[in-house]
Amino acid sequence: MSLLQVRGLTKRFGKTDVLRGIDLDVQPGERIAILGASGSGKSTLLRCLNFMEMPDVGTVTLDGKVIGPSGKYRESELTQVRQRVGMVFQQFNLFPHMTAVGNVMEGLRTVRRQSKAEARTRAEKELARVGLADKAETYPAHLSGGQKQRVAIARALAMDPEMLLFDEPTSALDPELVGEVLNVIRSLADEGRTMLLVTHELGFAYHVATRIIFLADGTIHEQGTPDEVLKNPRQERTRAFLASHKQFSF
Amino acid sequence: MAYQWDFTPVVANAPLLAQGLVNTLKITGVSLGCGLVLGLAFALMRLSPRPWLRLPAGFVIEVFRTTPPLVQLFWVFFALPLIAGIELTPFMAAIVTFSIQSGAFFAEVFRAGIQSIERGQWDGARAIGMNHAQAMQRIILPQAIKRMIPAFLERSIELMKTTTLVATIAYADLLFEANEISQKTFRPLETFTVVALIYFVVIFVVSLLARQLERRLAVSGENTVH
Repeated sequence: MSLLQVRGLTKRFGKTDVLRGIDLDVQPGERIAILGASGSGKSTLLRCLNFMEMPDVGTVTLDGKVIGPSGKYRESELTQVRQRVGMVFQQFNLFPHMTAVGNVMEGLRTVRRQSKAEARTRAEKELARVGLADKAETYPAHLSGGQKQRVAIARALAMDPEMLLFDEPTSALDPELVGEVLNVIRSLADEGRTMLLVTHELGFAYHVATRIIFLADGTIHEQGTPDEVLKNPRQERTRAFLASHKQFSF
Repeated sequence: MAYQWDFTPVVANAPLLAQGLVNTLKITGVSLGCGLVLGLAFALMRLSPRPWLRLPAGFVIEVFRTTPPLVQLFWVFFALPLIAGIELTPFMAAIVTFSIQSGAFFAEVFRAGIQSIERGQWDGARAIGMNHAQAMQRIILPQAIKRMIPAFLERSIELMKTTTLVATIAYADLLFEANEISQKTFRPLETFTVVALIYFVVIFVVSLLARQLERRLAVSGENTVH
C-alpha cells in the first residue's frame, strides 16, 4: 500500500492555477526528486503534502487514511499529519531565540510533552547524527548556512517522521556549504527513509533519487527513473529544462 | 522688577508632592499592567480569523486611539453612572480608562510586532506539529516582544504623562498636589518646575533601565540577526 496517495490535487493562488490536478503515489522507502522551472509548482506541491498550504481540490491520503475532507481540515488533524510528514525549508526557519539543541528539543517538549531530560537526550542524538554534537549550545546566528540546515534536518528527524519533505534545502547555501547538507540527506537516503526532494542539484537527484518527477505548468509532465528522465527524457520541455541546467553532470 | 525665584514653599510641601508621586506611579503601574494584558488580548483577537473576535477588538482599539483621553476619562467617571448605574471612584475610573486606552495602543504594538516575524517562523513551528496557540506562545511572541520593547517604552512614558488628567476628576496625583500647593503658596512657577523635574527624573531613569534590559535580551537571544 502507498504511504502517501495524492489524487487530483489542485491549488490556486488568486487567479493563478499553481497545481492542476496532481496524482501521485509514494511507496515506503521511495526517494522522489521533484524538478521543474521556477513557478512550476514544485514547492507548492510539497507544501500541500503536509498542509502548509491547503489544497483547493483533491485528496491526500496518508497510510490509507484520507486527510480532510478537503476544505474542512481540523487543526488537530493537521498537526498530527505534520508530525508524520517532516519538512525542511530552503530558508531553514530555525528559531533564532533558541540554541541548536533548543530548536531540536522544541517539538518534543511542546508538541510531544516529553520531559526535558528525555527531549534533550533525543535532541543530542539527532544533532550528533548530522555532525553537530559540538554546536548544541550555539544560537543559529552563530552557525553557518550549512550548519543551520543540518540543525533544521535534526529538528525534523526528532519527531520520527515517516516521510521527509525537502524544499530546495541547498538553494540558500553558499556553494562550498552544499556538500555537507547533501551528505546528510544522502545518509538518510541510505537508511531507507521515504523522502520527497525539490532540488536544482540534478547530479544529486540522479544518484540519490529512485524516481524523478518533472513538473511543468502545475502538472506532472514526465516521470520515471533517474536514467529515464535525466538521460533519456521523452518530453521536449524536459529536454529544454535539462539543457538549461549547465551544471548537469552525473 | 525681576522675578524672585523662591523654592522654599515647594520644599516645605515636599511630603504632599511625594504622596502625589506615589499616586501617579500607582495609576501608571496598574494601568500599564492591565493595559499590557488587555493589549495582548486585543491584538490576538484582532489577528484572529474569526470575525466575532476581530471586529469588536478593532472597534474598541480604534475608538480609544482616536478620541481624547480626557473625554474618555470624563465618560467613564461622569457618564457611566448615568447610563449604566456604575459608580467608580476617581482612582478606579482612571484605572479603567487608562487600562483600556493603553491597551488599545499596546494592541497595535503587539500586532505590529507579531506581524513583523517572518512567515518562515510560522512554517518552522507548524512543520514540527505545533498548533496556532503553541506557535504563538513559544515561537512568535518571544521574538516579537523583544522587538516591541522600544515601542512599549514610548507608550509607557506617554501613559505616565497622560495620567496627569486624573487631576481633573479630583484624584490626588502629582499634578493635582502641585495645583494645590501652587494655589496655597502663590508659587506656581516654582511648583510646576519641580514637578516637571520629578517627571523627568522618573521617566529618564525608567528609560535607562529599559534600554539596559533591551541590550541584555539582544545579547542572550540574538533574535534580530539573520
